[in-house]
Amino acid sequence: MSGTPVIGVLALQGDVREHVAALTAAGAQSVPVRRPRELEAVDGLVIPGGESTTMSRLVDVFELREPIDKRIVGGMPVYGSCAGMIMLATEVLDGRPDQRGFDGISMTVRRNAFGRQVDSFEAPVTITGIAGDPFHAVFIRAPWVERVGEGVQVLGQVADGPSAGRIVAVRQGNLLATSFHPELTGDARLHRYFVDLVRATA
Amino acid sequence: MPENTPQNTGGSPVVGTARVKRGMAEMLKGGVIMDVVDAEQAKIAEDAGAVAVMALERVPADIRAQGGVARMSDPDMIQGIIDAVSIPVMAKARIGHFVEARILQALGVDYVDESEVLTPADYSNHIDKWSFTVPFVCGATNLGEALRRITEGAAMIRSKGEAGTGDVSNATTHMRKIRQEIRRLSSLPADELYVAAKELQAPYELVKEVAESGKLPVVLFTAGGIATPADAAMMMQLGAEGVFVGSGIFKSGNPAQRAAAIVKATTFHDDPDVLAKVSRGLGEAMVGINVDEIPQPHRLAERGW
Repeated sequence: MSGTPVIGVLALQGDVREHVAALTAAGAQSVPVRRPRELEAVDGLVIPGGESTTMSRLVDVFELREPIDKRIVGGMPVYGSCAGMIMLATEVLDGRPDQRGFDGISMTVRRNAFGRQVDSFEAPVTITGIAGDPFHAVFIRAPWVERVGEGVQVLGQVADGPSAGRIVAVRQGNLLATSFHPELTGDARLHRYFVDLVRATA
Repeated sequence: MPENTPQNTGGSPVVGTARVKRGMAEMLKGGVIMDVVDAEQAKIAEDAGAVAVMALERVPADIRAQGGVARMSDPDMIQGIIDAVSIPVMAKARIGHFVEARILQALGVDYVDESEVLTPADYSNHIDKWSFTVPFVCGATNLGEALRRITEGAAMIRSKGEAGTGDVSNATTHMRKIRQEIRRLSSLPADELYVAAKELQAPYELVKEVAESGKLPVVLFTAGGIATPADAAMMMQLGAEGVFVGSGIFKSGNPAQRAAAIVKATTFHDDPDVLAKVSRGLGEAMVGINVDEIPQPHRLAERGW
């Protein structure tokens, strides 16, 4: 596509502003999405960090589930960070029984897998396909990926410490997810990667 | 940032950094944090879409009505709530009571509220919050107070309002005041920021940062007297990034429905059609007390210095 892609940030709850800023820094036009008609106007969507149980409820209450699932099937690129990763997983462990995500990445994600807030941490993570230094990754009550299905590419794992080897970044086709929050660190490389993906798709 | 604060130097994982503490509050934005006194209420809050619950023994309205010294809650009760829900659990420590805060950290609570709603344990000093792994939220009635708490290590600020009243007027005053003082700082020439820092009784570096960015360096929620979806929506429009609801939910006629309505109103705070819809059929709101009728010594917002 030529021109600037329009990328929505699901704005029901969470760190929406940080994603809008990171997408803007990465060369996209970014808009909050809370209604089906706002979804229609975007080329890609980011599901921010936040509380996945809250988002899951609000997605149903405000009738966004079906439209988002439809767009995903139609090939719209979606990136989810932390709670966004949980929302994109086909299976969630340690979630609420009624918690549902989108028809997204074929993977099993464990919620709050690294522990409670006192266990939240920062650590370097290398992401396949993104050049330069490792990401300075911020994990906040973060999930990890316990199992990936066919066609899911593992992009990053925790390098060191008690959780070494845990999968924290994945991609399946046009869907991208990270356990950590690149939007909090001012490093726009991952958002640029996603903006490129949206450009290549639209 | 003081020396006792963990810093990430690259390499192996580090916990308790300012970034993970402040970041945790960023994830709560646009959400509602609800006061609960037992596991059953905590589940109702989670079902309604709360982003976190605040575990305490008595909601502020009851503390007000019953009097006596209000302290940190019973660890068994906090543990019961932690076990009952999957969302973050916050709990209150008395102002200056660093041992209560240590106990809450050991219990695994996700955020400590150093709160004026409890009886203060120290009438001069607040807790040195940098020395903890668990993040803290503190109340403020104005910008100077907010910046002093941030200087002590608070990773989140909430306007105080007047807890346990169902009267939103003080929360309004505090939100307007904080935002107004930030706007004023941003309009000052650089050489007037030194005196501004002196007047705010806050460090110059922090004052300069706020003047340049036009916002606090941490998330700003509102609290104190919020009882209806409309109250929550108004506070969001006044610049709050999220809402604490204390007595307003479980002192009302239909807590589950009111809780869900306040969650929806917080997300769609700028959409009167949604607000009208969610405000219907909620039953009785909490009865409430006018802040004006509360004698000065019983006003909680005036605790903290």
